Amino acid sequence: MTNEFVLEAITREFPETVISSSEPYGMLTIEVKKDDIKKVIHYLKDSSLEINFLTDICGIHYPEFPDKEIGVVYHLHNMVANFRIRLKVFMPRENIEVDSLTELYAGANWMERETFDFYGIKFKGHPDLRAILNMEDLGYHPMLKEYRLEDGTRTDKNDSMFGR
Amino acid sequence: MSDQKPIIRTDAPAPDGFEGEGFFATKLSSVIGMARKFSLWPLPFATSCCGIEFMATLNPTYDASRFGMERNSFSPRQADMLMVCGTISKKLGPVLKEVYTQMAEPKWVVAVGACASSGGIFDTYSVLQGIDKIIPVDVYVPGCPPRPEQIIEGVMQVQALAESESIRRRDMPEYQNLLDSYNISN
Repeated sequence: MTNEFVLEAITREFPETVISSSEPYGMLTIEVKKDDIKKVIHYLKDSSLEINFLTDICGIHYPEFPDKEIGVVYHLHNMVANFRIRLKVFMPRENIEVDSLTELYAGANWMERETFDFYGIKFKGHPDLRAILNMEDLGYHPMLKEYRLEDGTRTDKNDSMFGR
Repeated sequence: MSDQKPIIRTDAPAPDGFEGEGFFATKLSSVIGMARKFSLWPLPFATSCCGIEFMATLNPTYDASRFGMERNSFSPRQADMLMVCGTISKKLGPVLKEVYTQMAEPKWVVAVGACASSGGIFDTYSVLQGIDKIIPVDVYVPGCPPRPEQIIEGVMQVQALAESESIRRRDMPEYQNLLDSYNISN
């Protein structure tokens, strides 16, 4: 199983969906259209490619790219052939919503909750989308680079005591 | 076997009062304060490195038992000195507050170390910037983490508080206002 083989299989199955692909450090990384991500992962899981272990789901925030501001990164693994693939979807800031993978992978449940908690990304079809690590009434999504991390919470510290 | 006999000290200072032949009269609050001072029961609320230093305070080298705090209570029941040793995250804040409210009066709170006192180096979204944001604190122990000597110093300051405060202090409206400002019902 090689990067070229898998990329060709995906482009043959979904001719329109692959936006770009690269191989940083030898790992096949493709950006797909947001609406197709669930279909692509379903295909990778159930086809003869057998890329059927969901390693990770995580959010990403690029404030400097308005049309690709919020992203979700999926890592998948074929345990038998030890083949790894990374899938990315991006979306603008308004309407942050992607399909949930909980129907394909039960393990996606907590990962998507965490991604929602820290980035505010909504997962369509998730059964229980609420904060998992932060307190429920925190009031913001911490990993969005939107508030000044230090001054946002501190009210009474002397900066000179902390080397700032 | 040592041939030293146990020494019973009879010259410990007595509280101020009136002394005469066969009687000694003093204020009730002085006696109560002295009793409280030497029977503080700590509740260790230890989350990180300061908790390890607190454990060292209990070991024979430093021997916190000398101060009458032999029994460490891992329950709010009958504990009267809350030792908050370590970083308190915002999510843990309500737990700490619950433990505090479950302790019976009188109670004292020691914030051990930079994190419990001010959030320490963790100026971040998840860490409570000092436990005095949610509960009243009597003594702050500086250090990151503080050495056992510093924790003992903090305990001795609590002892001074317990000895000198009036037994009516907690009935005063100022104390009620303090608790009200933290949304704690007494």
